[in-house]
Amino acid sequence: MTEATPEQSTDTSDPIAYLQSKFGDVVSEDTRDGYSGIVVDPRQLVDVAQTIRDDLGFDLLSSASYVDYLEEGFFEMVYHVYDTRVGGSGLNFKTRTDREEPALPSLVGVWPSADFQEREAWDLMGIPFIGHPNLKRILTWEGFEGHPMRRDWQEPFYEEDAKPFGTRWPGGQVIRGEMTNPYGMNVQYPEGFTLDGWSPEGDDAIYAGLSTPETASGVDIQQIRTDQLVVNMGPQHPSTHGVFRMTVTIDGETVTKLEPVMGYLHRNHEKIGERNTWLMNMPYTDRLDYLASMSNNFAYAISVEQMLGQEVTERAELIRILMAELTRFVSHGWFIGFFLNDLGAFLTPSVYTITERDLILDLFEAVSGSRMMCNYFRFGGVAYDLPEYIGGPAVKPGDKARRLDTYKFLDDLINERMPRVLQELRDYLIDNEILVARCVGVSTISSQDAIAYGVTGPVLRATGIPYDLRRMDPYSLYEEFDFDIPVRYNGDLYDRFVVRVEEMYQSIRICQQVLPRLKETEGQNYWAGKRAYTVRVPKGEHYGHAENPKGELGFYLVSDGGANPYRYHIRSPSFINLTALEEMCKGYKVADVVAILGSLDIVLGEVDR
Amino acid sequence: MYGFGILKGLGVTLRHLVNSYVDDIKWGVSRYETTEAFEARQGPNARGVVTIQYPEEKMAVPERFRFIPFLVINDADHPEAPGDDWCTSCGICAKVCPPQCIWIERTNDPETGRPVPQPKNFYIDIDICMNCGYCAEFCPFDAIKMDHDYELASYDRTTRHVFDKDVLSKPVSYWQEIAPTRAEEERLGREAKEAAKGKKKKRKK
Repeated sequence: MTEATPEQSTDTSDPIAYLQSKFGDVVSEDTRDGYSGIVVDPRQLVDVAQTIRDDLGFDLLSSASYVDYLEEGFFEMVYHVYDTRVGGSGLNFKTRTDREEPALPSLVGVWPSADFQEREAWDLMGIPFIGHPNLKRILTWEGFEGHPMRRDWQEPFYEEDAKPFGTRWPGGQVIRGEMTNPYGMNVQYPEGFTLDGWSPEGDDAIYAGLSTPETASGVDIQQIRTDQLVVNMGPQHPSTHGVFRMTVTIDGETVTKLEPVMGYLHRNHEKIGERNTWLMNMPYTDRLDYLASMSNNFAYAISVEQMLGQEVTERAELIRILMAELTRFVSHGWFIGFFLNDLGAFLTPSVYTITERDLILDLFEAVSGSRMMCNYFRFGGVAYDLPEYIGGPAVKPGDKARRLDTYKFLDDLINERMPRVLQELRDYLIDNEILVARCVGVSTISSQDAIAYGVTGPVLRATGIPYDLRRMDPYSLYEEFDFDIPVRYNGDLYDRFVVRVEEMYQSIRICQQVLPRLKETEGQNYWAGKRAYTVRVPKGEHYGHAENPKGELGFYLVSDGGANPYRYHIRSPSFINLTALEEMCKGYKVADVVAILGSLDIVLGEVDR
Repeated sequence: MYGFGILKGLGVTLRHLVNSYVDDIKWGVSRYETTEAFEARQGPNARGVVTIQYPEEKMAVPERFRFIPFLVINDADHPEAPGDDWCTSCGICAKVCPPQCIWIERTNDPETGRPVPQPKNFYIDIDICMNCGYCAEFCPFDAIKMDHDYELASYDRTTRHVFDKDVLSKPVSYWQEIAPTRAEEERLGREAKEAAKGKKKKRKK
């Protein structure tokens, strides 16, 4: 699959040479130590991007990262593009703009998936994108002062640029953060600012943008006797799975416009990531997609390992794959339950689908020490070997102990219970007429649109594109296992549902192949590296990604050779999948919006970061 | 035929309901009494009701469970140094802590001013602690461990949530009780280290 398709002429096999022959000096190779890819002059960025998409076939703009090179005095946008037909390691191209007067052309016209990512870059880095249709803050609030991802921006409780902080040891006198702030709160306001005089401009802008009368097919909607109504769904709404808001313009019951408003859970994960050391980021990744913390660990671990050139032992790889696939089962099981919840089958299916989750989390707890925030992966392996038994000693009053042999537990779970329960679910859900009536033909999206909007994961595979990184850009030991990539072709809600159910089967298949090999490798080393808390990553950049239950989770990491990452950017699947939300919802009923959002299976910890 | 899906769904619910009774009858009163019954209803082959009647019954947490660190000290009946800290205030836990919630004050010898391997004070802000377990994982002296006590609700956040050395210190027998296997492994590890050290010293002599 990684070979180039025969349609491609030979001259496009070397992208840099091809682009240089077409554009000349505009395009140059990135020659910095540890860096790769192409540097493009911003004045011709759109043309070059067009060529990369059309001639070179890189149709998926996976990630648009932004880096502040403070000393060199420029901002850099780094775009990672992939070819969904052949996969492989893709191409990255960069463009630079001056720190003092930044401005870059927008790529929304070439890849609509740049939409939210450019807004994020504007919000957090302060790079204005000329030609962006809706350039405003996305993650921070409208009154936010400054652009927090700039290297010289400091947070309210700023202590030092990098952890560990000097005040902790040896003269550690405890001080609570809020005591140091004159407001006594975790905020900082610009000088002379009072909350009394402030009105939320951003909200006005949202409503103003939405209430413009639409002229569809020559008919002025104002002439027809219908009213367009702007309705807020969220931030506190049971359908949004967290704090997420959709500002929906409806005509009768039909959605004509929709704007997702997010950032209510924003904590600037990436800034924290830059202050942290490389290892400290591991438990933070748990908090991204908190239903799939093992998979987040996996993606971060392989990204850093690829930079380090660190080998991983076989047993560690097997444990990792087992955990990642069980996580996928858990995450998709959660999806099935709550998707049905969104469709109106209140809570009963959720409870049935998360019973198995409970058992799997019991395993996670015994293995890693925590049910959800596992923090289990290390660079070069995993933190501990599988435990001898699941359960613990009764200590507290009322404690009930159990002692279940780990391999027997896994055997029963993987070979017996999970397939049985999934079959049960399938039997009564897959042809369920309510499900079919609510889902078939709703929110159809074509594969071209899905790719253009940067959609990945099961939602993309429901449109007929077998793009799964476990096969397309294989990592870990996935190449050694036998499994299929389930694909459906209609791209509607029903297909997204079915793809996930089928993926759960494939996850079980992988687990069933892992288990005997785990028994074989019993007692072997589970951590190849030293158990050291300082990791020195060689200078350079790297984009590592893995197939999470929600889609492609990517980490764009830049190291300056120090103990802390210079840049730590996350390409979060939930966030980028939301780019397509408006397209998916347009023309459908308000009640469908709830189901459509449910079908994207977002987790707000990852959307807002 | 319309309505079939509803019937099927209701059938599944009914089966779950009936199953819960079947399992209750099969086990009788012992379902909520014996260890075997507990293992069966909390194991991979569980049928029927899977919930736990918290707080009347609690699931014993596994040995690796982590919830707020504590400092290991000698038991009160230790023959030579009862209640002595294992911590040498080397500061590794404070350096590796991702949210930086550990503050350590090192003891200095009053005469020479040189550091003494013993913490004067040790604070953990448990509001900030994210229970990642790095401190316990990287401590070279097995002196800080993750606790299993997850029932920590309190009425006052501002005064009660910064744990100092008195609150954090727990005897090693407590650690042996909550994590017997790991405590034993660590003891053997320490003994092996000591033995290796002793050999080295002898060789030097």
